[in-house]
Amino acid sequence: MSYIAILITYIFINNFIFTQFLGLCPFIGVSKNSESAIGMGIAVTFVMGLASLITYLVYHFLLVPLQLQYLQTLSFILVIAALVQFVEMIIQKNSPALYQALGIFLPLITTNCAVLGIAIINITQGYNLMESFVAGIAGGLGFTLAIILMSNLREKLDLSPVRKAFKGVPIAFVSGGLMALAFMAFDKALLTNLLG
Amino acid sequence: MSILYAFLVISALGLLLGLGLAFAAKKFAVKKDVVAEQILEVLPGANCGGCGFPGCSGYAAALSAKTAPNGLCPPGGAAVAAKVAAILGIEESGTSEKMVAFVHCRGNHELSSLDYQYDGIEDCNAAALLFKGDNTCKYGCLHLGSCIRVCPTSAISRDEKGNVTVNPELCIGCKKCTLVCPTKVIRMIPARGSHAIACNSNDPGAKVRKICKVGCIGCMICEKKFPDSGCKVVNYLSEIDYGKPMTQIAEAAQACPTKCIVEAK
Repeated sequence: MSYIAILITYIFINNFIFTQFLGLCPFIGVSKNSESAIGMGIAVTFVMGLASLITYLVYHFLLVPLQLQYLQTLSFILVIAALVQFVEMIIQKNSPALYQALGIFLPLITTNCAVLGIAIINITQGYNLMESFVAGIAGGLGFTLAIILMSNLREKLDLSPVRKAFKGVPIAFVSGGLMALAFMAFDKALLTNLLG
Repeated sequence: MSILYAFLVISALGLLLGLGLAFAAKKFAVKKDVVAEQILEVLPGANCGGCGFPGCSGYAAALSAKTAPNGLCPPGGAAVAAKVAAILGIEESGTSEKMVAFVHCRGNHELSSLDYQYDGIEDCNAAALLFKGDNTCKYGCLHLGSCIRVCPTSAISRDEKGNVTVNPELCIGCKKCTLVCPTKVIRMIPARGSHAIACNSNDPGAKVRKICKVGCIGCMICEKKFPDSGCKVVNYLSEIDYGKPMTQIAEAAQACPTKCIVEAK
């Protein structure tokens, strides 16, 4: 049951884009068309899930025994950067087609703060290994949902008569803000109502 | 003491990950196509798409995989084809002669009639959506310059009367203009050709006469009186066969009643 609660929490209630405002760079940068938005979403979901696992292991089996918890940010960045590089290499080797689709987005994810965000949230929330993994995947799915909604919106916006001063990124930010307002409707009360 | 631990842990972590990545880079190294990279270097790098592949790298990859014939690069021409042949170790072949774009129309708003006044955005394809353009002649140039905007070398220009011409010196033969043109009035002709037919109309002569002063009326004077001009009238439109000697083409141009055999300067 708690896994379902974690899924709902990170997809809707604590959506990384709309509620926590993490990972806004790719959210604006790669949402110009829905095809690349889906690619980016899948890549982020994949990396967030994997990063959650690895950072959990690094934290609990390396930093905690040595009482170096204050180094979590530094070591997580290190681990995530290396992990993304590694994943990129494997995909390039084993699946050139997937690399063609995701390849350009993968290096971008290295510095995506949503990935670091989920790693630190996992620690502060005290999740166990499996819960961390589910939270990572859910966070990625929430990101995917947000970026797909946004890209579809922006494809329509491109064809709309927008004032010159608002054209492009400004209107995208305004629309993103309005969507974030809508996501405010999902709150903790919803979770208690759903799962009792 | 704990600061030493911190130092050691981060250093060790960094070293470990760095070594891991270095190892992985070796282990998962993807073999890059060396031949394709060599070919890419001799290609012009204009990425014009004239070969039919997505940019120079696409054509280089296809050449190296032997799935594309040599000599498809119009800007490079024979010189590049020879270099590519040397890299691939094949005999120089498929070097087609240099082709340039030519606008087969000299009509303009003074010489040819209009169906209506086009007031929309300046784009030939947009105009073509409305009754195939504002010209009464549906084969001619729409003068809105879509070809000018796609030309990678700015070889196409438009004079004050609206006539669009291609400068054969600047044309690299990428065929982008022929693809964007809605009436297909731009076609490729060999660069060595001295003359070209400046009309694209398949309408019968009587109709052409009514709507355009410089259109080919299919009178067949060029074909019948000057058999060595290379001209041949098909579908009320004279065409030059550039494979023929074309010795009488200048006389034919003189004799053409609507003067639509023009010098392809």
